[in-house]
Amino acid sequence: MTRMARAARAASVVAAGLVLASCKIPSFGAYHGNTVQGNSTYHLWQGFFIASVFVGGITFLLLGFALVRFRRRGDAIPKQVHGNTKLEVFYTVVPVLIVAVLFVFTVRVENKVDAVSNHPNLRVDVTAFQWGWKFYYPDYKVTTITQGVGAYPTLELPVGETATFRLVSNDVVHGFYLPQFDFSRYALPGVTNYFDFTPQRTASFTGRCSQLCGLYHAEMLFSVHVVTPAQFARWISNHQESQVTK
Amino acid sequence: MRTESRIYLGVGSFFLLILIVYFLWSKESTGSVLLLASAGLGILPGLYMGWWSRRMRPRLEDVEVVEPLDISGVVGTFPENTIFPFTLGIGAWLTGLAFVFGVWFAVIGMGFVLGAAVAATVESKRASLAEPANRPAPGGDGRLRDR
Amino acid sequence: MTSLLSTEKTGSQVEESHPPGGFYRWITSVDHKVIGKNYMYTALTFMFIAGAMALLIRTQLFNPNGHVVGQQTYNELFTIHGSMMLYLFAGPFAFGGFANYIVPLQIGAPDMAFPRLNNLSYWLFLTGGSTMLLGFFTASGAAAFGWVAYAPLSSNPYSPGPGPDLWIVSIALVGFSGIFTGVNLVTTIFYLRAPGLTMFRMPLFTWSMLVTGILILVAFPVLTAALVMLYADRHFGAHFFSVQGGGVPVMWQNLFWFFGHPEVYILALPFFGIISEVVPVFARKPIFGYRGMVFATLAIAGLSTGVWAHHMFTTGTVLLPFFSALSLLIAVPTGIKVFTWIATIWGGQIRFGVPMLFAMGFIPAFVMGGITGVMLASPPIDFYTHDTYFVVAHFHQVLIATTIFAGFAGIYYWYPKITGRMLSERIGRWNFWITYLGFWVTFMPQYLLGLRGMPRRIAVYSATDGFTFLNRVSTVGAYVMAIGMALFLVNVVRSWRRPVAAEDNPWDGATLEWATSSPPPTHNFHSLPPIRSARPVWDANHPEHSDAAPVIAGGDESAH
Ligand code: HEM
Ligand SMILES: [Cu+2]
Ligand SMILES: [Cu+2]
Repeated sequence: MTRMARAARAASVVAAGLVLASCKIPSFGAYHGNTVQGNSTYHLWQGFFIASVFVGGITFLLLGFALVRFRRRGDAIPKQVHGNTKLEVFYTVVPVLIVAVLFVFTVRVENKVDAVSNHPNLRVDVTAFQWGWKFYYPDYKVTTITQGVGAYPTLELPVGETATFRLVSNDVVHGFYLPQFDFSRYALPGVTNYFDFTPQRTASFTGRCSQLCGLYHAEMLFSVHVVTPAQFARWISNHQESQVTK
Repeated sequence: MRTESRIYLGVGSFFLLILIVYFLWSKESTGSVLLLASAGLGILPGLYMGWWSRRMRPRLEDVEVVEPLDISGVVGTFPENTIFPFTLGIGAWLTGLAFVFGVWFAVIGMGFVLGAAVAATVESKRASLAEPANRPAPGGDGRLRDR
Repeated sequence: MTSLLSTEKTGSQVEESHPPGGFYRWITSVDHKVIGKNYMYTALTFMFIAGAMALLIRTQLFNPNGHVVGQQTYNELFTIHGSMMLYLFAGPFAFGGFANYIVPLQIGAPDMAFPRLNNLSYWLFLTGGSTMLLGFFTASGAAAFGWVAYAPLSSNPYSPGPGPDLWIVSIALVGFSGIFTGVNLVTTIFYLRAPGLTMFRMPLFTWSMLVTGILILVAFPVLTAALVMLYADRHFGAHFFSVQGGGVPVMWQNLFWFFGHPEVYILALPFFGIISEVVPVFARKPIFGYRGMVFATLAIAGLSTGVWAHHMFTTGTVLLPFFSALSLLIAVPTGIKVFTWIATIWGGQIRFGVPMLFAMGFIPAFVMGGITGVMLASPPIDFYTHDTYFVVAHFHQVLIATTIFAGFAGIYYWYPKITGRMLSERIGRWNFWITYLGFWVTFMPQYLLGLRGMPRRIAVYSATDGFTFLNRVSTVGAYVMAIGMALFLVNVVRSWRRPVAAEDNPWDGATLEWATSSPPPTHNFHSLPPIRSARPVWDANHPEHSDAAPVIAGGDESAH
């Protein structure tokens, strides 16, 4: 048992090391997560991916070896082995340890991703509806909203500042999905969801609705712009003017 | 019968365990109610079977070593052909369609259902009387008594 | 020891003055073998129909801004595709088809415990299943809210018309049929086993079906209740799921997934059972760790009701660590099964008949889907990939591994028993390899698509999204798979036109279904071999390698 414990410790040290070193590890197809929150999801993904390659690799190797080595060589009946308790315990306990380690890392990242700041730099109220989005900046009384198919609204965010989002839906369930932030959250009628983004780099990309919400679900897009604080201030004042003149 | 009972009790108790942890932790009601129902669904038949298993001789299928004599004999009565499940099925279908196309479907459907239910009962009663094993004569066969 | 003990016929039948023939006989037969075959034909037909829809869906996605079908039609197509595959093919094929046919044979029973109920199950399945397709013939089209029918999208203001109602009625009928089959299976396995066939001597397929039966009884009533509530919301203004009326939309998701995740295992366990039959027979060894396998199956059943909300991580309303922990844990018994299969072929003499090819193809495919399942069980990763093509790839890999690869392993394995004819090994091999190639080409790119941000259930994407190439690869793969599947039909037609007679036990099988003729007589057995282990037929055919414990006088309830 102590050997098990030691192995578990070693495994978690290795895993932790991998997480620390993960900047040099390939992305395995994922976005880097352009927020502090999304970036920790990204590192978790890398850890899971490596663990998967490890477990899957061993499984495939064992299978492949057995298929080649034990293919039929004659008509002799092989030894009738009914089991081996030690081996069975081994291949039960090891997976339990692996998922336990995965769970520990999961909970850590989950707490980070789900944390909501008490003093955000910015607040954004998002309302989803069939088939569009309304982004409202309560601190500045600025709104952007879907104006029809092809006229997508913009979600403008200042880099390096923590924004707290408040997400609701007017009608059916939608999914507020920002692929490059490695994040999505349902907009549920009757439920208000809060979460934080702290963007790390300036960028532009397309946000989407991920949860089927009816006929034009596929076209429920929005543009995300992560800009410098100065650009953001300019954008806000432009919009305040245009909304006043309206 | 003891193994059967333990399977139900085991699965049911596990649901109970999940229920307790889940309820205390989340206080969420929909899932807790469903877990409670599932636990009951496992534990109740488990207790019932356990109760019986202590009051009866082990059935032949629970015995590790059976004699050739035990294997022979009639197992039970099985009808070969009957139209009534089909009638009942069509009736149930029409009744279901009533929820889409209007009540008059249900009138026809329920007609089928009731007719089939009555006719099937009559049929199976006649069939079971025709079966030698169900006549009051002594003998019959070992397996039926063991259940 | 080698000779089978002769017994009397083990089932007696009600005297029929005029044995009916033809069509009438087919409709009225309560023989589990006839019903089982009907289930298989019907379920496979639904599978091919739903498969054709899948090709249409993939064709639409071949080009950005595809115009093969309109958006409304597209939404109907994937809804009915998914609903048919899950409710009308995967489940009924397993517990209505295979289980119905094979379980009574494996436990030496003359029929199911409730033959007439069994027949009723089939008619509810056939009528209910066809009802789902009726939606396409209504003016406003079929249901278009996905196979999960999330409220309030599925309620009246957002999805009016008869299409959704037909979907509800269809699934309710099929659900009742499933419940009846579940009752039938559990009762049959508990009460109709042959003498000497103790629980811990049952073949693992029968064990899987027992646990599946129990799960059906837990899960399906919840679905039925949810459907009734949804219908009441739609037509009687009940407001269970509408905020305006004081209802709770997310309750639908709780109810649905409380059914839905056990359902996932209702679909998987029977096919695990098939693999556990095929692998030992073709490796010529007993299963490695029989009891471990049984407990793994039971553990999956237990855990599977405690993980429903891993489909709801992104709702922000569920207890993340609880559901994440249990979902990660469910990978353990699943892993035990995989290692058990590998340990079983270890040291064997593997014969690569077509059933074994499919079984061995199943393992990597399933492991791949299982591994991505573990990733999805981690909420942060799920936040990133939920409702994207990553999830689409995950569940298609587990589902196709089980229902198609393991399912076809079962078809090729039992076809001789069921029809008395052999399928062609040569066509069978092509059937496997082409389907298998298509499978990987179709679904691996979808993982990447999901990670690059393509949501699921979208009818169109834009040329600037960067999704085009991967979608094209996936579509080509789907067509390759379709060709592979068509070869199965070729094989069946060939065996029908130019039959090759099958022996009673062509694979040197070990369990009781191989002790009777191919196909079996009306009440299954004229005689049963003595049952002294989990492999009675093996014991009889290979006495020098028999598992049977030496006979000790005086039997008692098995010790465990
Ligand atoms: C290793 C075991 C498994 C784990 C840990 C696992 C985990 C998950 C998770 C967390 C999801 C939700 C993903 C999301 O929507 O964001 C999911 C989806 C799904 N899984 Fe699995 N899974 C496993 C095995 C299976 C098996 C065996 C099947 C079926 C044969 C299956 C079928 C599905 C289906 C159909 C969905 C998608 C449901 C939908 O339409 O949203 N999974 N799985
Ligand atoms: Cu949407
Ligand atoms: Cu699930």
